[in-house]
Amino acid sequence: MTTVSSTVTVTQSGARGAAQRVRQSLTSRTAGIVAIVIALLWTTPTFGLFLSSLRPEDQIKTTGWWTFFADPQLTLENYRQVLFSTSSSSGQMASFLINSIVITIPSVLFPLAFAAFAAYALAWVPFRGRNLIYIGIFALQVVPLQMALVPLLSFFSEGVSVFGTQIMPAWELEGASRFAQVWFAHTCFALPLGVFLLHNFMSELPGELIEAARVDGATHGVIFRRLILPLVAPALAAFGIFQFLWVWNDLLVGLIFAGGTAETAPMTVRLAQMAGTKGNEWQRLTAGAFVSVIVPLIVFLSMQRYFVRGLLAGSVKG
Amino acid sequence: MSLLSHPARVALIAGSVGLALVAGGCGSSEPTSTAGGDGGTSAECAPYAEYGKHEGKKVSIYSPIRDVEADLFQQTWAPFEKCTGMKINYEGTGEFEAQIQVRADGGNPPDIAFFPQPGLLERFAKAGKLKPASAKVKELADKNWSADWTKYSTIDDVFYGAPLGASVKSFVWYSPSMFKERGWAIPKTWDELMTLSETIAAGGVKPWCAGIESGDATGWPATDWIEDVLLREIGPEGYDEWVGHKLAFNDPKVVAAVDKVGAILKNDKFVNGGYGPVKSIASTAFQEGGVPITAGKCALHRQASFYANFWPEGTKVAEDGDVFAFYLPGNDPAKKPVLGAGEFVAAFADRPEVQAVQAYLATADYANARMKLGTYVSANKGVDIANAQNPIDKLSIEMLQDPNTVFRFDGSDLMPAAVGAGTFWKGMTDWINGKDTKTVLDFIENSWPKS
Repeated sequence: MTTVSSTVTVTQSGARGAAQRVRQSLTSRTAGIVAIVIALLWTTPTFGLFLSSLRPEDQIKTTGWWTFFADPQLTLENYRQVLFSTSSSSGQMASFLINSIVITIPSVLFPLAFAAFAAYALAWVPFRGRNLIYIGIFALQVVPLQMALVPLLSFFSEGVSVFGTQIMPAWELEGASRFAQVWFAHTCFALPLGVFLLHNFMSELPGELIEAARVDGATHGVIFRRLILPLVAPALAAFGIFQFLWVWNDLLVGLIFAGGTAETAPMTVRLAQMAGTKGNEWQRLTAGAFVSVIVPLIVFLSMQRYFVRGLLAGSVKG
Repeated sequence: MSLLSHPARVALIAGSVGLALVAGGCGSSEPTSTAGGDGGTSAECAPYAEYGKHEGKKVSIYSPIRDVEADLFQQTWAPFEKCTGMKINYEGTGEFEAQIQVRADGGNPPDIAFFPQPGLLERFAKAGKLKPASAKVKELADKNWSADWTKYSTIDDVFYGAPLGASVKSFVWYSPSMFKERGWAIPKTWDELMTLSETIAAGGVKPWCAGIESGDATGWPATDWIEDVLLREIGPEGYDEWVGHKLAFNDPKVVAAVDKVGAILKNDKFVNGGYGPVKSIASTAFQEGGVPITAGKCALHRQASFYANFWPEGTKVAEDGDVFAFYLPGNDPAKKPVLGAGEFVAAFADRPEVQAVQAYLATADYANARMKLGTYVSANKGVDIANAQNPIDKLSIEMLQDPNTVFRFDGSDLMPAAVGAGTFWKGMTDWINGKDTKTVLDFIENSWPKS
């Protein structure tokens, strides 16, 4: 017995020693330098893009951004074209920025709300077949959204009919109300992952808490509001950020469900149109990219502590 | 923890759920604002009277044309909109080919689409998605375009829409000043062209430059080269057979034509002026392909008329300017087949206002009005050459209007997409990168869709 336990302790301390060594080597000076080098390498392309966005058109088209240091020429012309040009198919980023915001905010809040409700019900409301439903929702993540584009589009434009009987009418949205289509689509596509993430997080909560609340006479609504929501806030924030970045950067769903006009199209659609019919105006893309990156950058930087905390949601206990 | 502890935030979520139910439950459309068309003065509107009044009606147009060209379109039809009272919603997109398919399948097609590929138009026509053009549109198209053009939008004897713009592809760009300085003459036959290339090469300048890089469409400029030469080698009828796959892609005649192009594009003595060896063609962006001409590092560049937009700022495009183009000669100077491209205006709806727009776009009035605003080429016979905005447009229109011209559409836009926008591009890129002609053509032949 003693020999066995001593070997156990030896291996344990050995493992601890290894972890210690890893930690030590990661906090050493060389590791720091390596980290800085990697960070620099990763930032270089972004920095080059940024510098390019400030260079004049003929410079962008003929030389690389690094020539800036030998021959510094700066201009805000690209940004002017991108943001304030009145041409109907280039520029006007400002109004598309608003469209992007109008699309993104509901497309984040709807799935967040639905997923939280669904995850609570699946985790803490006992009913028959809930595991099956949960597995079903989980499995839906495998379905690529590209497969759903055409059916969803015909759902909006033609409604649903089975054997010739119209079950649901067509939406027939026009103009600004087409935003509803995009919200609907994004919500559909986000729910499987959202429910999965939040369910995992919620089911980790200690059952005693919920039982105690129920003994005190709390209903599901009260438990959800007073107990669950505050506890899963980091997970909600993490999923919210994921969803925000996904919707903000999405081109495909926006293009198909919002169309390409200034009335409803998000910024990504405009970015894709901006290079001109034959791609000869690509100098605008650098500036356009930076305009579109600003908002996610603000969101990410202001909420990153939730992001890191929430990344671990559902993956590790404690 | 603190993010959602406040009851107000819970209310926010509850509120958004309510909103979602509203949005999902009743998707009624907002009352549409009436289009601002109060007629205009009668004199101004007299030319548009024949299209009728379509007060408050809307027509959507979906097209791959964007940016400046799209603005000019809209400016052109603004008086038409005003006088007929309708509103044209124009949408230009870079993903036309994929998106139009999704939209049509999803039951949400535009009213009108500008198809740059007759092959795509044919697919939609055969699927029964397109509406045949009205009698008026057909009459206008027959009057204004040659049969070489209208046959591309006539599928199984049904006419689907008139052509719109055009571009001429059979051009070789050169520098008139450079030619004058060195005493070179514009070649009239293929042999003269090759002799000229030898002369230029002997003078220490690589005569040709080219670039076929174009993102996921890399290779298309090389396919234009092949088509242009093939059209000269086997004649328009042979070309039609090849496009329709009645002549195999790896037929000895095609091999011979491709090798003829290879004598230029795969000859290290002749290419790639200003860029490097043969393989640099594959990595040079097509937009940049001819630019070395302006620096005197290259003398010739075969590319379509629209290349006029790609010269660096300040380059004068004219017969006596910095750059200009001549017709890519064939073996027989008497025959001048022209390779080109263009768009066709086909409709997914047959409402009266949609047909009115189609009819208006098929008129010479439209083409002339558009040309007055900026660079534009149309094969419309009613176009007044005096309206051409620059010498290259003028040259293109002259070529298209010449009754002796035999026009053929860019073959890769007519073939099945798997070949015309797939293996043909890829095969030509491999060919530039060193694969031999026979292997490449066998590969393309085998990729032709069966049935």
